[in-house]
Amino acid sequence: MTVLATRRRFIAGAAVVTLLPLDAARATPETLAAAIRAVTGDAPLRPGRVALDIPPLVENGNAVPLTVTVESPMTAADHVTAIHVFNEKNPQPHVFDARLGPRNGRALVRTRIKLADTQKVVAVAETSDGAFWSAGADVIVTIAACVEDPT
Amino acid sequence: MANVLINAPKTARRGETIELKALILHPMETGFRPGANGTIIPRNIIQDFTASWNGVEIFRMRMSPAIAANPYVSFCAVASESGVVRLRWSGDNGFAVEESVTVTVT
Amino acid sequence: MNKRSLALALGAVFFASLAAAQGGADRRRSGYQDMGPALQKMQDDDTANPAMLFVQAGEALWKQKVGAADKACADCHTTASMKGVAARYPAIPAGADKPVDLEGRINLCRTTQQKAEPLRPESDDLLQLTAWVALQSRGDPIAPPDDPRMAAVRAEGERLFTERQGQLNLSCAACHDANAGKKLGGATIPQGHPTGYPLYRLEWQTLGSLKRRLRNCLIGMRAEPYDYNAPEYVALEAYLMERARGMTMDAPAVRP
Repeated sequence: MTVLATRRRFIAGAAVVTLLPLDAARATPETLAAAIRAVTGDAPLRPGRVALDIPPLVENGNAVPLTVTVESPMTAADHVTAIHVFNEKNPQPHVFDARLGPRNGRALVRTRIKLADTQKVVAVAETSDGAFWSAGADVIVTIAACVEDPT
Repeated sequence: MANVLINAPKTARRGETIELKALILHPMETGFRPGANGTIIPRNIIQDFTASWNGVEIFRMRMSPAIAANPYVSFCAVASESGVVRLRWSGDNGFAVEESVTVTVT
Repeated sequence: MNKRSLALALGAVFFASLAAAQGGADRRRSGYQDMGPALQKMQDDDTANPAMLFVQAGEALWKQKVGAADKACADCHTTASMKGVAARYPAIPAGADKPVDLEGRINLCRTTQQKAEPLRPESDDLLQLTAWVALQSRGDPIAPPDDPRMAAVRAEGERLFTERQGQLNLSCAACHDANAGKKLGGATIPQGHPTGYPLYRLEWQTLGSLKRRLRNCLIGMRAEPYDYNAPEYVALEAYLMERARGMTMDAPAVRP
């Protein structure tokens, strides 16, 4: 196992070197907050109504399945108009912006996202009365032991 | 044949909420990764996914490079009347794919 | 407790211990069992499993007439006849003198029957066709052929599996036999059973063959990977299939 551990450190070291030039482009808690503010404006972000279903431990960050559901009657008078997902450490924090309406019947979006590293993921829902609701989750992304040689 | 898989019920009761799932072949190249020669591989992503029911848009999603390769999207729709659900993906380098499924409402 | 319920209870104990004994006898685990529930769900739902995009394309290729013979696979083979095929290979096909894997078998059909060029290793067309053929064996037990000529091939595969090589002086067995189930970094070292190939590996973000996976391991060990058409892969694949005999095919699988 010593050999494996050494090799592991070697790969980890190599990964750091490769990723360094990108660090400037990486999102931070500040840019995450800024990206959310770009959507919500001055409106307060309220906890609740939103459920973010994402595995707490991810075996490979290339495709992390997530489901966002929002409690809403989805009627013409009271419905969810948008579901957004944000993350903290990807180069661009705003992962997707989905537009919904009463024709959806249920406020739900499932997709798969990339997470380069262990980080926080935030889902924000906008309702037809102009309010913003949110839920967050911490996701641990394990780094694959045997990555393919890119060449 | 377009490289798309759509899962939607063929029939639904009027007013029933159904779930539609769609999968499309696409690399979703982020534009942040260096290639084998060290230079950055240019971004190539799907930017927009839209769904319409008999011509009326019912769902739209703006995607970023953080959507996983071969994007999977699932959403719900009220089966209001029989018709055609048209899904459209568009993105970088003029990428545009359209596929439709028919849902019969009883 | 009356006699009848006692008998039932004893019966239950007997079957439970029998099941436990059988479970104890077979400690093999597929890569599917080593995955978390989110990835298992991704594999189980055919509209969420990205490998199914390749299966769909493979079905179209199966029906497409190609080569000087202008024949499609479907002109000779029924879909039903493909059941169990992927669970059997590598094998020595009738009329051939050396073993081939499933990809090799498809290419034999192309060159001898369809009079077409063989498909390039790891090409989209070959992966798609293989994925469609492999899907027909989903749920079948892995069943290598009883051909006595395969014994030497498997023995060669076992030798390659256990032989230390590369700059890290590792063997396949050093990880996948001796340390399977333990962690390497954050990942669980799988036992390395080829139940799901070709499979959609999230690391690759696409479909790949067992050969590609073996090449990954060789590169990881800092060993020189064999050429794509090298007989070493077929030998390793034949050994791995024998090692996984009786396990359930779950191709086209999803793996991290």
